[in-house]
Amino acid sequence: MGSRLGRIPCRLGLTAMVFTGLLALVLGASPVASAAQSIKIGVVGPLSGDAATFGNSVKNAVKLYFDEINKQGGIRGVRIEIIALDDKAEPNEGANAVRRLIDREKVTAIIGTTTSGPMTAAAPYANSQRVPMLSPTATKEGLTDIGPYIFRVCFVDDFQGEAMARFARENLKIKKAAILYDNSDPYSSGLANSFSRYFIQFGGEIVRKEAFGGGDQDFTAQLTRIRNSGAEAIYTPLYYTDAGLIAKQARQLGIKVPLLGPDGFDSPKLVEIGGEAVVGSYFTNHYSPHNKDPKAQEFLAKYKAAYATTPDALAALAWDAADIMADALEKALATHDVSDQQGIRESIRQTLAGLKDFHGVTGYITFDEHRNPIKVAWILQVTPEGHRVVTTIKP
Amino acid sequence: MVEIIQQLINGLSLGSIYALIALGYTMVYGVLKLINFAHGDVYMVGAFAGFFAATSFGWGFFPTLLFAMAVAAVLGLLIERVAYRPLRNASRIAALITAIGVSLFLENLGILILHPDPRAFPDLIGLRTFEIGPLLINNRQLVIIGTSVLLMLLLHYIVTRTKMGKAMRAVAEDGETSRLMGINIDRTIAFTFALGSALAAAAGVLVGIYYTRIDPLMGFMPGLKAFVAAVLGGIGLIPGAMLGGLVMGIAEVFVVAFISSSWKDGVAFAILILILLLKPSGLLGRAAREKA
Repeated sequence: MGSRLGRIPCRLGLTAMVFTGLLALVLGASPVASAAQSIKIGVVGPLSGDAATFGNSVKNAVKLYFDEINKQGGIRGVRIEIIALDDKAEPNEGANAVRRLIDREKVTAIIGTTTSGPMTAAAPYANSQRVPMLSPTATKEGLTDIGPYIFRVCFVDDFQGEAMARFARENLKIKKAAILYDNSDPYSSGLANSFSRYFIQFGGEIVRKEAFGGGDQDFTAQLTRIRNSGAEAIYTPLYYTDAGLIAKQARQLGIKVPLLGPDGFDSPKLVEIGGEAVVGSYFTNHYSPHNKDPKAQEFLAKYKAAYATTPDALAALAWDAADIMADALEKALATHDVSDQQGIRESIRQTLAGLKDFHGVTGYITFDEHRNPIKVAWILQVTPEGHRVVTTIKP
Repeated sequence: MVEIIQQLINGLSLGSIYALIALGYTMVYGVLKLINFAHGDVYMVGAFAGFFAATSFGWGFFPTLLFAMAVAAVLGLLIERVAYRPLRNASRIAALITAIGVSLFLENLGILILHPDPRAFPDLIGLRTFEIGPLLINNRQLVIIGTSVLLMLLLHYIVTRTKMGKAMRAVAEDGETSRLMGINIDRTIAFTFALGSALAAAAGVLVGIYYTRIDPLMGFMPGLKAFVAAVLGGIGLIPGAMLGGLVMGIAEVFVVAFISSSWKDGVAFAILILILLLKPSGLLGRAAREKA
């Protein structure tokens, strides 16, 4: 998800610190199989605060995955122990969490961070200590360029903009598009730029580009301008709350063209807030629970059984991250002893760097030379019940 | 040209809302010489009262509106009784700081009880749009403007034609003298708070219907803007608050439409600075109207 989360105010600072401490105590005291050997894997994400659902989705999926592995006897007889720390989606907290996982908990590798802000702050240390870090969900450009030990499972924001531009031009045959974005949010403005660049490159025309500031709730002036511009679709690179509001106000102004959105649309709250005004909109996403692929269906069933809820894209990406990590561990443990921690880390890095056509629940994943995945984007259409899969866009 | 008229309609809708909130500021200032900074948060509470009336009781537009206004009126009475009346004879700065305290209290209580997530206000008025030539207006805009005008006429009637209104004007003119004339000042001030709060709640419900999102911090910015509107029109003057609100709403929409949305809030406060420099008594105010 986007780096917007960097500016979430630290309202609950003290409480959250106490909470993190307690969490660490509880986790530290949890029984560790004394006889069997074990390897520690760290997980970092916002487990409290305004972005708590993101971090908890990631933690839940990773735990679910490794609990199952451990029940089956671990990886080559080695138990995998998960240590999850809270970063509240704040860069400083993320850096502290990663430092602690490496220095104190002696983790072998890290699945995280969940959001882009903490990743920027935390990844340099992991890289300098030569600890592999695999982020399931941090989409900001350039994060993996921090160093050779930093990888991610999700596609970058630039590709989301490109995929939507391609879909709008080639599938919807749209010639004129307008953009309405939040200019106080790097996630939103970054997507607005990449969509605009690719849409023009594919032969389309951006007839209006309107902005607003975070927290605004009156969009009628911008939408009135867009209405008069003759746009056939509006790209709104926003999270679900703003998108729902904009859809409603657009309909009030008699705008009937579809909204096009990014992965920030992926929330049941979108339809709750936007009602029928958002139905028919399209958005790019990493994953769909309607994916008929057997592996994806198996994940869906397991996750639902464990947590009684449909997994979101964050959970799916985290599941893939865990799956990839387990594969790399399997290979590493074939040639290295558990006590050779740095050897295992180097082996994981090598496996990840050479990852090719990995069959995950979010699609087939190959890492490029920048350690970013080459994978499809899902184009979904909002329906009253949720969404349906329209198509996938290949890079 | 069509676009200008269209944006004018948008501006009028927003401006009516600012005007309703600004009225409460200006009335309270009139009788107490107090800037009631908690007023924006009363507007928030009004919006949530409307939200719960509409979702829990399933009420329609008018019952919801009346319920929200009643809840806010009671809240206004409570705030006045608990926070401001004990400070009636304290310095004005003490009362002002208390007002800021009440505002922060209401906002944080809102976050605690109502949860900081924004909520979708129910569609109390089914959407219908009318096309008049190239112009487009929808029934919600008409309801906002219509309800505001109606409430302002009602307020005008209360202030100019009723005994209580006469008392309000007397207290605004000179508190001590009106007390000597046998006017119950406590009751008059309490009534003013209730009236202003009810108007703010009406604005809250209208915003909920039009913009469809409410949250516990929604009162902060509109509260400040309405304060600017009250000062712009001439604080303490009821017609001034109406005019100031409309001017602010239209100015804001035009800035967003024809300059840039980034300038929107900046322009609102630039207006405040300009008016304080050039005509501190406001557009409709006479110089030196304010008494010590």
